[in-house]
Amino acid sequence: MSVTAAPAETSAAPSPRGPMANFFIRLVRDKPLGAIGAVIFLLFLVCGVFADVLAPYGINQISPVNRLKPPSARFWLGTDHLGRDMLSRILYGAQLSVIIGFAAATLATVISVVIGIVTGYLGGKVDLIIQRVVDAWMSFPELIILIVVVSVLGPGMIQVIFVLGLTFGIGGSRIIRGAVVSVREQMYVHSAQSMGASTPRILLQHILPNVLPPIIVLFTTRVGAVILVESGLSFLGFGVPPPAPTWGGMLSGTGRTYMYMAPWLALAPGLCLTLVVYGINVLGDAMRDLLDPRMRGSR
Amino acid sequence: MRAYVIRRLLALIPTLFFASVIVFSTVRLIPGDIIDMMIAQNDIAADKTSREQLEQALGLDQPMYIQYFRWMGGILLRGDFGSSLWQEQSVIGEIMERLPTTFQLGTMALLVALVVAIPVGVWSAIRQDTWGDYLGRSFSILMLAVPSFWLGTIVMVFPAIWWGISPEVKFVPFWQDPVGNMLQLSLPALILGTSLSAISMRMTRTMMLEVLRQDYVRTAWAKGMGERTVVVRHALRNALIPVVTLIGLQAPILIGGTVIMEQIFVIPGMGLMLLEAVSRRDYPIITGVFLIVGVAVVLINLLVDLSYGLLDPKVRYR
Repeated sequence: MSVTAAPAETSAAPSPRGPMANFFIRLVRDKPLGAIGAVIFLLFLVCGVFADVLAPYGINQISPVNRLKPPSARFWLGTDHLGRDMLSRILYGAQLSVIIGFAAATLATVISVVIGIVTGYLGGKVDLIIQRVVDAWMSFPELIILIVVVSVLGPGMIQVIFVLGLTFGIGGSRIIRGAVVSVREQMYVHSAQSMGASTPRILLQHILPNVLPPIIVLFTTRVGAVILVESGLSFLGFGVPPPAPTWGGMLSGTGRTYMYMAPWLALAPGLCLTLVVYGINVLGDAMRDLLDPRMRGSR
Repeated sequence: MRAYVIRRLLALIPTLFFASVIVFSTVRLIPGDIIDMMIAQNDIAADKTSREQLEQALGLDQPMYIQYFRWMGGILLRGDFGSSLWQEQSVIGEIMERLPTTFQLGTMALLVALVVAIPVGVWSAIRQDTWGDYLGRSFSILMLAVPSFWLGTIVMVFPAIWWGISPEVKFVPFWQDPVGNMLQLSLPALILGTSLSAISMRMTRTMMLEVLRQDYVRTAWAKGMGERTVVVRHALRNALIPVVTLIGLQAPILIGGTVIMEQIFVIPGMGLMLLEAVSRRDYPIITGVFLIVGVAVVLINLLVDLSYGLLDPKVRYR
């Protein structure tokens, strides 16, 4: 079953390429900005995955002689108040962001899909009650839920991933539920029901493949959202505790007082965050337009 | 209309109930015993070192459901959210002291967001695919990605380095010096508002494009009405309805944003209160702020729903 279900307008002749290749060709041709986003996203992934290889210095390699050095050939992005190389810390920060972003977005997507498919397909009282819980949950800002949970469980990467995944997962279930409700009344679902297919079979074989496009889009945009909220949390000092080089954490804490002497400390982490989230957002927009015509806005 | 309002209020009850359960259980997520941890970390006020006193202060000497009903009962019947573990002050008193500042900051930020978003969104739509449109859209998509705390940091650091200007850190209360207070809050409101404007701007543009293609808009053009009349009186009013919904949906983001702005600019609002309480593990305050925030968001969304009728007479309150 084809995942990317090419719309009628582009399916002139059956293409020998796979759906992935087709998708990327359409991305580059129809959505150049989205393609730029994809490049940024890939670059971010590469930096994160190969941070250990790419980083010229260690994460917490302290060098008192080289405190607060401006950007130079030796330290491309300068050094901080402990003489740690900012470029290396940015790269390791990318690694943390990749781990947290992907783990939390995966957890969130799984939760969204499970809640969305079950409540959307079953409807009735189960749906009604679960939707009220979702309402209640969504009335709390993610950041505040995170702060409260971290105040109880203590800071750490696992807590952050878990709570971000849960929060974004419950919120995103609405989108999947909406898609499921529109698929539920399709002829092929009714015929499967009349053939006596079991509910799990209908959910997995008929509903799930047809709500895959919004799921893929949801996952992509969630990676960006998670990274942004996590950085805010780290900025407030409730994320992965120092000396872990989170991008949000680099802009806060003791480093802040040194920014007035070494303004480059304030620039690099924020620019990286903006660039990565920007790339993911424009990629997500392009994917939505290409994969899921139903969710398409007006251009 | 009255029946509709009553029905909406009744529909709030399950949402508020689940919200209170979420608040209640989140703070009790802790593995093991809060008190053991507090004593072990020496995290408590000197006069409350005894176990029993602490248990009583936290109400932990009762089974879970009784704890919940006592807590809820206190709030509903007496408006009693408990008292701070550190200061001899009631949680609700402290919240009421801090809430107006956060409310003011949030309202100012929302105003900034609308003042930026609606004109730019409308302009983008009526000048679709021109340079102005591209500029507006690029700006909004960029603002979605810029973390507000980074913007806040940049605004603090660079003017200080280049021109030696730094914002006043000492907070000026509104009743002492309204002008100074507004000036002080305008910078964080501007930052927060611009971040928020991005989504509303995109929504305004999309909705305007949709409405501008409607028959009645074409009729208005055909009657020879001026652009201003067509755009503002015919199109904008109808395009704004989904944008208003969005404001309700953005309320949680707005409140989350005020926490960060209050931290950066040292504004003594509810966000800063929460952060201080977390660093002291003052659970009654944490629970109180958590609940008030949830209730506030629910009420904002109710107001948004009710305001539909004012913007769109088509909406019958069924």
